[in-house]
Amino acid sequence: MSNEGVIYRISGPVVTATGMEAGMYDVVRVGHEGLMGEVIELHGDKAVIQVYEDTSGIRPGEPVLNTRETLSVALGPGLLTQIYDGIQRPLATLEEVMGVFITRGVDADGFDMEKKWKFEATVAKGDEVVSGQVIGTVQETETIVHKIMVPPGKGGVVKSISTGDFNVTEDVCVLEDGTAMQMMQKWPVRTPRPYQQKYAPDTPLITGMRILDFLFPLAKGGAAGIPGPFGSGKTVTQQSLAKYSDAQIVVYIGCGERGNEMTEVLDEFPHLIDPNTGKPLMNRTVMIANTSNMPVAAREASVYTGITIAEYFRDMGYDVALMADSTSRWAEAMREISSRLEEMPGEEGYPAYLSSRIAEFYERAGRVQTLNGDDGSVTVIGAVSPPGGDISEPVSQGTLRIVKVFWGLDAGLARQRHFPAINWLGSYSLYPPSLDQWFRDNIAQDYPEIRTAISGLLQVEAELQEIVQLVGSDALPVDQQLTLEVARMIREYFLQQNGFHEVDAFCSVDLHYKMAKAILTFQESAKSAMAAGAELQDVVNVPARTDLMRGRFEATYKDDIDGLVERMNDEIAGAIEEN
Amino acid sequence: MSGKEYRTITDVKGPLVFLNKTEPVAFGEIVQLRLNDGSVKNGQVLDTSDELVVVQVFEGTAGVDLNTGVKFMGDVFKLPVSDDLIGRILDGAGRPRDGGPDIVAEENADIIGAAINPYSRQSPHDFIQTGISAIDCCTTLVRGQKLPIFSASGLPHNDIALQIARQARLKDSEEEFIVVFCAMGITAEEFNFFRSDLERTGALENAVLFVNLADDPAVERIITPRLALTAAEYLAFEKDYHVLVIYTDMTNYCDALRQIGAAREEVPGRRGYPGYMYTDLAMLYERAGIVKGKKGSITQFPILTMPGDDITHPIPDLSGYITEGQIVISRELHQAGIYPPINVLPSLSRLMGSCIGADTTREDHKSVSDQMYAAYAQGRELRGLVAIVGEDALNERDKQLLDFSGVFEDKFLRQSRDEDRSIDETLDLCWTLMSEIDTKYLVRLDQKWIEKYHPDNRD
Repeated sequence: MSNEGVIYRISGPVVTATGMEAGMYDVVRVGHEGLMGEVIELHGDKAVIQVYEDTSGIRPGEPVLNTRETLSVALGPGLLTQIYDGIQRPLATLEEVMGVFITRGVDADGFDMEKKWKFEATVAKGDEVVSGQVIGTVQETETIVHKIMVPPGKGGVVKSISTGDFNVTEDVCVLEDGTAMQMMQKWPVRTPRPYQQKYAPDTPLITGMRILDFLFPLAKGGAAGIPGPFGSGKTVTQQSLAKYSDAQIVVYIGCGERGNEMTEVLDEFPHLIDPNTGKPLMNRTVMIANTSNMPVAAREASVYTGITIAEYFRDMGYDVALMADSTSRWAEAMREISSRLEEMPGEEGYPAYLSSRIAEFYERAGRVQTLNGDDGSVTVIGAVSPPGGDISEPVSQGTLRIVKVFWGLDAGLARQRHFPAINWLGSYSLYPPSLDQWFRDNIAQDYPEIRTAISGLLQVEAELQEIVQLVGSDALPVDQQLTLEVARMIREYFLQQNGFHEVDAFCSVDLHYKMAKAILTFQESAKSAMAAGAELQDVVNVPARTDLMRGRFEATYKDDIDGLVERMNDEIAGAIEEN
Repeated sequence: MSGKEYRTITDVKGPLVFLNKTEPVAFGEIVQLRLNDGSVKNGQVLDTSDELVVVQVFEGTAGVDLNTGVKFMGDVFKLPVSDDLIGRILDGAGRPRDGGPDIVAEENADIIGAAINPYSRQSPHDFIQTGISAIDCCTTLVRGQKLPIFSASGLPHNDIALQIARQARLKDSEEEFIVVFCAMGITAEEFNFFRSDLERTGALENAVLFVNLADDPAVERIITPRLALTAAEYLAFEKDYHVLVIYTDMTNYCDALRQIGAAREEVPGRRGYPGYMYTDLAMLYERAGIVKGKKGSITQFPILTMPGDDITHPIPDLSGYITEGQIVISRELHQAGIYPPINVLPSLSRLMGSCIGADTTREDHKSVSDQMYAAYAQGRELRGLVAIVGEDALNERDKQLLDFSGVFEDKFLRQSRDEDRSIDETLDLCWTLMSEIDTKYLVRLDQKWIEKYHPDNRD
């Protein structure tokens, strides 16, 4: 047996080779064109391979070459700002080589192997270094320092290390035992990168979206699922998170989605400014775009490529956020491959191991103590596209079993042009108990109580609406009519947010806290004014309330809001005297 | 190798032929079957190994027996393409159907088509005026978009598609589209309707028709749209034309896909459709757009009929996840005698934001469109309430909105089959209709547009 075999059978993206020594997940080159593939099953001397490129025109008898490496990504300076396909080939390089259409048989490095980076050593000759320890740094982009780490499994006493300009494959450090280290390391995508221990999350990932940060907060190192039917705004929400969340590194995976939509992201991101640093957003971003018509096996690999890159930055001590849009397409890729393998199917034709694969993927999220003792996190936000919007299907259910945050998108809200169309009654977050201390310490002591009050009002509204549907709102007592008004204010002023508006798109925690508080203040003032004889209509229609609500589109709102609330209170008090 | 003919068929099942002991055959290779009566059928290799080859026969397997000769043509399916395609009618496998000569190939293009590198795409942003108010105002079409029509049996989707094909052009431009029309399993009557309409308007000279009718082999439908899109890509990206691809009916295509899946004994997904249908549909729909450095474009108008008017059926559902919006045809509006019966509420154009505004349509477009939509949505909702509590229970605002929903359908939606409204006419019409509602209820309209465009403020 050798590393070279021949093709025995071809069925779509699945190729069987014989006469070749192979192990599971070995990367192989298939056919005269050397198409990239991965061994996914072994039967005696037959190896079943999933191929990452189109297999039309390939014949039995063509050679297959085993590289004896597992599917790996290259990690090192040059990752940031890149746009990859599912197997880490830069799309820009592919365009140079193949033109506008993606053909096959082209291999491309994950980043520039020749570019010289300025390496600053942070350890010295004679120091003892361990796995994961930072031995030097590179200023990769304006905002991000890339830390060069000892690859997992290596360590020893430094024999030589030098500061200076190197490319990623040159030796920068040699250990006493002869181990040479370069700035680039490789890591197999299907194996989670090691860390010392996982911590319980205690810091929120601030997204700038009021409904998420306030009602359903996500922790740094947590995992969230966003299921929703088509047209409900999954992609817009994911993109908003990629733009405004306060992660230090963002990995965005467009997995099996629309080409034009990816293009929009690719066009837009380089021009966007990160509200947290004031520098271009692209500086902290790595993108993976494997659109729906690109090879299905590469789509399957794309989420692993993405999360491995995310873990690598986590190991440097960064807070990383990973968006996968959409995990359903990833699951469908698994289903397609599984059915070609003629595996016994589980629910709806998905492989029986679907839920364990989903769980394994989300488990790679977390806040950890890295090998070098730093604190880093990977937060995973996965979109789910349930058929017909019905979340009883296997992918949604497999996701909900593992994630702690569920942001449910609602077609009805989207149709009413209520955006973000996240259903406030059906969504949940299990993080508030672990995050409330952070909110109390950093925002306001009564933050959790304000949240409870607001979500309580929304619950009451839902019950009242059922009655209104039957008898009309005029039949309700005035205090309940006021409750409906307050709830409407929560929906229109607080929950609705214009993701495309330059000011409204991002709302700080301080500001949304003030806005929530302003709503409750209105409720209080209105209640006492009405107890003193004011009419509901007069109270509701005070001009200052409209100004308060409209003001959120102004850049100066955070300074104006207190004054506006005060004016509203005065005018409501004035409504008593009019009577 | 193409010289050799094999007589080694072991099994025939539905559209599939199984044969063994051949020379190595390529995956996707084209196959010719010569029947005993001398007739020829075409097929394609679906699965190939040293011992067994599975061939999918496009024309169906009627008449195939174990002695049928099988010849492998040494290449994957290719379509001969050249400028001569324009004005021709071809069958579902790409052979002339109009009695004309064979297409003289300038090149032979692989019909599977390679994916466009997302990095090489250019975001679509050119507004296409269809002359249909509901589409232009509320679900604006952009050049390079894929916008399907979700319809159902018995609804006038064909009329709408034809009206779009006739009237579609860039604003203030006379430049016309080349129409690539792809029929999959439609009736001869429907096809004649399309052809005679294209003939009548002279559009046939600027069209390429690929036709697989209801009584043509179902399996052939798998390749028909691929041929059409290959022709479209050639015309758009090699010949700089702006191409409008209309294909009907996607539901027949998906059923053919299911048929092959069943014959191969694949594990079915929802409602018996294969698990890879999403990927398969994406391979068609994604062949739309504009690429950097090329002048042409491909805009797609797939038509699909929703079985049982059910938008959650796998065919519209998977389509909706891939396409950039949808235009939904409503049976209720059709029965009320309104043409075009477009229900704007579930309809959507995802690319609309990129092509409307002062530079392209008009500065008030977004504002007007939002307000029209919101007022109509509220009016429609009130109809339900009125049915329970009666019209008298409504307040003044609700009464106006309720009335507006009727006017919206009668004056805004309704137009004749050859009425071509410019975007300015459409937006002016919106203002006239909205002026029936008290301005203070029109909260989504910008004050500055009210001052400029409201009929009360215009002379």
